[in-house]
Amino acid sequence: MVDKQYLLNTKQLAQFAADGFLRFDELVDDELNQAACAEMEAGVPRGRAGAPLAELWPDAVLGRVVRLPEIQGIIASLVGADPLYDHHAVHTVAANHEHGQIWHADAIIDTRLHFDIQLFYFAHDTPREMGGTMFLPGSQYRRISESDIARYQNFLGQAPMVCKAGTVAVAHHGIWHCAQPNLTDRQRYMFKLRLNPTVRQKRLWNTDDIDDPEIPGLLNANHRWYGNEVRLEVVNRIKFWRFLTGDENYDVSYWLSRLENAPENKPQAA
Amino acid sequence: MHKGADCPVWDLILYWSEFNEDMMTQLRQKLLVLYAHSPDLHSQAVAWSLYDGTGRDRSSSGDGEEPPYASVVAAMQDGWRVVQFPQQHPAYPGMEYNTSYLKYEYILEKMEEIDGG
Repeated sequence: MVDKQYLLNTKQLAQFAADGFLRFDELVDDELNQAACAEMEAGVPRGRAGAPLAELWPDAVLGRVVRLPEIQGIIASLVGADPLYDHHAVHTVAANHEHGQIWHADAIIDTRLHFDIQLFYFAHDTPREMGGTMFLPGSQYRRISESDIARYQNFLGQAPMVCKAGTVAVAHHGIWHCAQPNLTDRQRYMFKLRLNPTVRQKRLWNTDDIDDPEIPGLLNANHRWYGNEVRLEVVNRIKFWRFLTGDENYDVSYWLSRLENAPENKPQAA
Repeated sequence: MHKGADCPVWDLILYWSEFNEDMMTQLRQKLLVLYAHSPDLHSQAVAWSLYDGTGRDRSSSGDGEEPPYASVVAAMQDGWRVVQFPQQHPAYPGMEYNTSYLKYEYILEKMEEIDGG
């Protein structure tokens, strides 16, 4: 059972629904970061896809990182306290690598409302010249398959993970992202872990602020790169928010209520 | 027409052919892909890519924060030629709220001389 103080709040969930990812700066301490870097260099043993996460890495540094209460709180808030391990990878970008990776999502077309999460752990400082993973905020609902989006190079609002050691990001499985060039003389490491839910993803976070007046504004964010399709993006967020909260009448700016108004189906008064 | 050492017409054709070949070998295509806010070519560029056949430039993901031109028309004013116009299709029934690729993709080209041209 994760202590409530470590769970995400509703505003963070709304940010996740709008952006497709959250970042937590300097969440992991230096001692663990340094040990994690050494472990990544040596290699992190792969688990069995579909195994309970709780069974993995009982003695490994990465296991200690994943079991930090703050990270357990993030996981529990999004996919439940007992998720399944999907896979992990130690991603590296070689020193003096001048080209960015192609944009992609780590998924084929996935039509579920249920979603997997991916943790991105940056165990050492990652300044811009070292790259960082570039995320495209709000891209997670777009139906594309893996590298279908490789023709694109730049978007307004693209967001590089420039961060200090110990920073963790958590992203929806559909987020568009790419590794950035590493212009330093040191290899860059990033640990990525994908988890599957085992429970209905409904109100798993700390819902004390479920009625916070800032939530509609968060869900209404305009990331600019999708231009005229912003309203369709908001509609998809409203559908996701209904799924997350169980409130089938939730709306932002009347977008879905207007479409769901079907007077022809209402009983006629005598 | 036959090839003959003393035929001035053949000489002219040969000269023109070599001239054309010379020109073709020294021009290379650059492609600029602009994604517009709406089908209006004056609307803001919201995403962009550059593919350079001259070999001078190697663009890649995340290498710019602002588009090279504010709009497709702004690029045209700088000499870029539009070579592909996005077609518009109505949503398939049941797919009205699905989003996927960027819809308003304009491909523009410039021909540039390479070194020695």
